[in-house]
Amino acid sequence: MNVATPSALATVRRSDFRYKLSLNLRSVLGRAYPRVIGANREPSWVFFEVFLPLLGIAAYVFIYQSFYNAQVALIQSGVCAGAPCGSPAEQLAALQTAAQNFNGLVGTVVLGGTMVAFWLNVLWSMASQLYWEKEIGNLQIYMMAPMSRMALLAGMAIGGMFMTSVRAIATLVAGVLVFGVVFQIANPFLLLGVFFVTLIALYGMGMMFASLYLLWGREAWNLSSLLEEPIFFSSGMYFPAGGFLLVQPWGPAVAVAGSIVPAMLGLDALRQLTLPNAKLPVLLTPVAELELLLVLAVVFLVLARYALAHLETLAKREGKLTSRHQ
Amino acid sequence: MTYAVETRDLTRIFAGKRHLLRRKRRPEEGEEPEGPVTALDGVTMQIKEGELFGLLGPNGAGKTTLIKILCTLLLPTSGQAFVAGHDVAKDVFPIRQRISMVSGGETTGYGLLTAKENIWMFSQFYGVPSRVANDRIDELMDVFGLRDRRDSKVRTLSTGQRQKMNMIRGFVTDPDILFLDEPTVGLDVNAARTIRDYVMKWVQEQKEKTVLLTTHYMAEADEMCDRIAIIDNGRILACDTPENLKKMVRLDTTFRLEVDPLKDTAGFGEIAGVKNYSVKNDPSRNITYLTFILDGETPVADILSLIMAQGARVHSLQKSEPSLEDVFVSMVGKGFE
Repeated sequence: MNVATPSALATVRRSDFRYKLSLNLRSVLGRAYPRVIGANREPSWVFFEVFLPLLGIAAYVFIYQSFYNAQVALIQSGVCAGAPCGSPAEQLAALQTAAQNFNGLVGTVVLGGTMVAFWLNVLWSMASQLYWEKEIGNLQIYMMAPMSRMALLAGMAIGGMFMTSVRAIATLVAGVLVFGVVFQIANPFLLLGVFFVTLIALYGMGMMFASLYLLWGREAWNLSSLLEEPIFFSSGMYFPAGGFLLVQPWGPAVAVAGSIVPAMLGLDALRQLTLPNAKLPVLLTPVAELELLLVLAVVFLVLARYALAHLETLAKREGKLTSRHQ
Repeated sequence: MTYAVETRDLTRIFAGKRHLLRRKRRPEEGEEPEGPVTALDGVTMQIKEGELFGLLGPNGAGKTTLIKILCTLLLPTSGQAFVAGHDVAKDVFPIRQRISMVSGGETTGYGLLTAKENIWMFSQFYGVPSRVANDRIDELMDVFGLRDRRDSKVRTLSTGQRQKMNMIRGFVTDPDILFLDEPTVGLDVNAARTIRDYVMKWVQEQKEKTVLLTTHYMAEADEMCDRIAIIDNGRILACDTPENLKKMVRLDTTFRLEVDPLKDTAGFGEIAGVKNYSVKNDPSRNITYLTFILDGETPVADILSLIMAQGARVHSLQKSEPSLEDVFVSMVGKGFE
């Protein structure tokens, strides 16, 4: 039984900036690893996280399909925009507009379905995660490690983003293949910028929630259930969120409240950037939405840092939170 | 002199439970209201570098609370604690770099990862380079006899294998000070033996390493520890080598009895010459175990009379060498349950 191994003797305790940077990058990698590798070891995710969401998307597509069919029948009977069609050319143009809008709506639903994957991941695998870590006993091991607490959250977030991106892309591809949506990308850089900033803001919010959930325990854990359907609605996951502005008097208020969740602004910008021909209501321009998302990302990340620091202080002072039985 | 661990008049009081969104529950009749609990009450002790120090006490004595304070997971209510010369309340980074903790019955890690991946993941939180971590994991897997399960998912490991994995997690970061909180609880004899042997060798062969072990297994503490502190109700009752602790009761006489279940055991305390005693019931065997610390052998007759007056039979009576349990009984007036 050899204990004094060469690798053990090599340990040097350092506290310089370079060491701390390396420590925290390793911690991010370490914490992201279970999500990137472990989560894909269960093949059942294809059924639960791609096939089942497609059923939800299909429900909305069928509704929009029935509206589209009714509109096409009306145009073919000679009614264009509520009045008799002036000419065959006007009738043809009305049919083309209806088809583009239908494609836009189905594209909206498919994009929303992919963003739902991220939102659910933020709720159940970010916000609730520290609570689960506490339950299985990992949290106190994390809390006594020398890494930064933000490295822990960042590892969870990056792992979650990667894992969910795989699922979201699978849902997107399946949605395109099954429902025949046509996306047109005019500005790929802006599109990528909006997508990544939306994810950072969304996961920043999840990082902030992680501490709050832990603080409130099981009571707050139920919030995840509460934050599903209402957020699907107020973020416009399955319809153009710009439609809120047309519904007076409460629609704009819902739009403002919904925009606190970054998914709403992100989705609206992504729709505009991938479905430019659909004449659907919008909230703001994609650039303005990107700017707001940047602000949200910074605010949530700063709040997450302070919430976690507060949580740790409270945990150490009150003797709760980091252990299952306290 | 800088100690590996030092506490000065350390006190920790837990406030009663509060629930933000729940109304406070009124205690039912006969139930004590949820109030502050003093888990540590003025604990002062020093552990030298290179020591394997034991903390012996029953459940609820304050052992885990003390370890949590030393691991920077809890703040003291008053008093001070230093680990590797750093204050646990003010200077946590250098402490966290140097310590590790393993608890008995841990369920840490992720079931979908393999044993090796789990340990590697935890090593990253201490900044151990992957190559070094993987070398250490392989070495430690061999030592703990877990090599053939290193690529098995954690959820498929047995309790003993899982605890060995936790021990490897504790050692893989090469800590200077290792806190072991009842590490062998619930393990079979062989797994417990492997863990004890490695911990003792680890400290013996590397003089700069220190272990603080909490346990309520007397034999484990007796076998492993250089010094032992006996703790009960948050207070250190005695602190010395196992030999010296046992000498404290060597002048007394220890008797152990196995008898039929007794209705009245309070009467033993009134017999002249009975310094202390403990009672343990084993309902599965329908037997009561009695341990007496006596001032000479004279009280034995009175003890037997009291037992037989209740119609109980004496199955065995044995005069024995004092053990750590006897030390505990003589100090606290009860055994470990």
